[in-house]
Amino acid sequence: MSLLDVRDLNVVFQRRGERPFTAVDKVSFTVEPGQTVGLVGESGCGKSVTSLAIMGLLPKRGNKVSGEVLFEGADLLKLRPDDMRDRRGREIGMIFQDPLSSLNPVIPIGVQVAEVLERHQGRDRKQALKEARELLDAVGIPDPERRLTEYPHQISGGMRQRALIAIALACKPRLLIADEPTTALDVTIQAQILTLLKQLVDETGTALIMITHDLGVVAGLCDTVNVLYGGKVVERAERHDLFARARHPYTHGLLSSVPRLDSPRGERLHAIRGSVSDNIPWTEGCAFAPRCDNVVDACLEGPPPLEPTATGGDLRCNNPVQEEVAVP
Amino acid sequence: MLRVIVRRLLQLVVTLMALSALIFIWLRNLPGGPVEALLGERATPERRVLLTKALGYDQPILVQYGKFMQKVVSGDFGNSIRTGDPVTEVLSRAFPATIELAAAAMIIAVGLGVPLGYLAARHRGRILDNLTIAGTLLGISIPIFFLGYLLKDGFTQNIHWFPPSGRLTTGIDNTTVTGFFVLDGLLTREFDVTADALWHLILPAVTLATIPLAVIVRITRASVLDVLNEDYVRTAEAKGLRHRTIRGRHILRNALLPVVTTIGLQTGALLSGAVLTEKVYNWGGLGTLITDSISGGRDYPVLQAIILLAALVFVVVNLLVDLSYAFIDPRVRVR
Repeated sequence: MSLLDVRDLNVVFQRRGERPFTAVDKVSFTVEPGQTVGLVGESGCGKSVTSLAIMGLLPKRGNKVSGEVLFEGADLLKLRPDDMRDRRGREIGMIFQDPLSSLNPVIPIGVQVAEVLERHQGRDRKQALKEARELLDAVGIPDPERRLTEYPHQISGGMRQRALIAIALACKPRLLIADEPTTALDVTIQAQILTLLKQLVDETGTALIMITHDLGVVAGLCDTVNVLYGGKVVERAERHDLFARARHPYTHGLLSSVPRLDSPRGERLHAIRGSVSDNIPWTEGCAFAPRCDNVVDACLEGPPPLEPTATGGDLRCNNPVQEEVAVP
Repeated sequence: MLRVIVRRLLQLVVTLMALSALIFIWLRNLPGGPVEALLGERATPERRVLLTKALGYDQPILVQYGKFMQKVVSGDFGNSIRTGDPVTEVLSRAFPATIELAAAAMIIAVGLGVPLGYLAARHRGRILDNLTIAGTLLGISIPIFFLGYLLKDGFTQNIHWFPPSGRLTTGIDNTTVTGFFVLDGLLTREFDVTADALWHLILPAVTLATIPLAVIVRITRASVLDVLNEDYVRTAEAKGLRHRTIRGRHILRNALLPVVTTIGLQTGALLSGAVLTEKVYNWGGLGTLITDSISGGRDYPVLQAIILLAALVFVVVNLLVDLSYAFIDPRVRVR
């Protein structure tokens, strides 16, 4: 049994008097214990909404979530809110994009780590703070004793993200969801945080869902990659296969748009033309068709199905890319 | 922190000095005055001159001010022209009455306003929210004396739930310790006094509380709405924390910062509202004293003392607010 089995997850935003918008469109993927799975795509492709739906953190009003999110066989979407509350932070941890705004500015770091232990492990404040100190130490925060009483504005961005990782991993969850954990950080710090995450999931055997738009992050971390476009999975492959042979024109475009140091001087940077706003609804064809170089008539006649590939992945494309892309 | 307090206290002294000069000059330039009030319109010019001289009002205004300040420094605000009692004594009777009323109003405004504002924000766009918004609009726009008379007529004329005026039922024997009757009753274990004082306090306090209540509800609602969108609230949810932890530690703790500031600023509104409220309910506090002192013959010494006292209260409350702000928000603690 997979640790997490997302089946036909559908999230529709519907505000009164507005046209419903399908943010996540029948997305399915699995996460095995200890595995690192990437959800990749540009802004607005539904990757963050997917993660919030798994966590049950979408706003209560204005959206409709359907499908199944099986965590160790139990459907999280059918849990009572209080039961879900018991699992969040204990069985599934989450790290967010902006470490400064994700920490409460008026509460000491120590308490913010300790409170999750108090809640789920039944520790008293003193014991929880002691463990919080060890956790801060484990995520590589120098002088953890002093940090316990400091506030978020007093520590650096990298340390804040480390503190958030400590919070998310405090109860040794079996699944960790990281939603663009390095986007708000300096490039040098990004590498440190990714190394730390890799080290921690290896040590603890925690499975990781890595949400990112950065293919460099995928290359360094993920076992399997799901590429999302317009709320649908368009390609799924093992990391190696994806980088060696991206089949979907969108994935291909993403890979070729990574700037390379060894390319000749003055060569134009590759970009995928158009923007997400050019998308057509999946009901009318392939959402990527208006931006696609490989578009054929079939692409505008109906949504292409997600079909297994020879390498064991899945692909949703009528006219996949044949050439190989160089791995950046 | 200590340096901040010292600096603020020095600022306070300067503020009060400037204010006292302003009041002094302003009062003496008002038409009419104690002499006219005491002697009446048909007094002979000779008598007027005599009384003016006796009261010292014939001297240059700077000299008068100098003498006044000299006495004030030693705690002497002179005697009331109207009654002849020492001003300090007159104020020590009226001041606790007003503070008791204002404190009760603030307790109602905060105690009701914060939960209401929180609930409205949490139920944004639903019936409870809409009712609250409509209610606060009414609360802000209704004139305080009108509401006062409305409540008074409503609850004391036909249904006698509350007494129409005063701070205690006549005939109740109370021992004055602090001048706050509710507190005095508790201190001297005369619980009938406390009960009676509370009974008298409710209508005026509710009247006076409406405007601060409405303001606090709105500020709390807006502030909670802001905080609800903050990433750290989502983090708290992702931790699986209990509702009450998220509400208290993560939402309200942050959302109350602007509310605390509002409480300080509303002190001014409370003091001016007290004048009207006290008039309606014949409360016998600073408000009553101020109207009596103006209409009853420009009682300069009393008026000067009241305005200075009100300013002092306002400045001190806001100093406390600023200090508590630093206590709640670690980001303003440095410096």
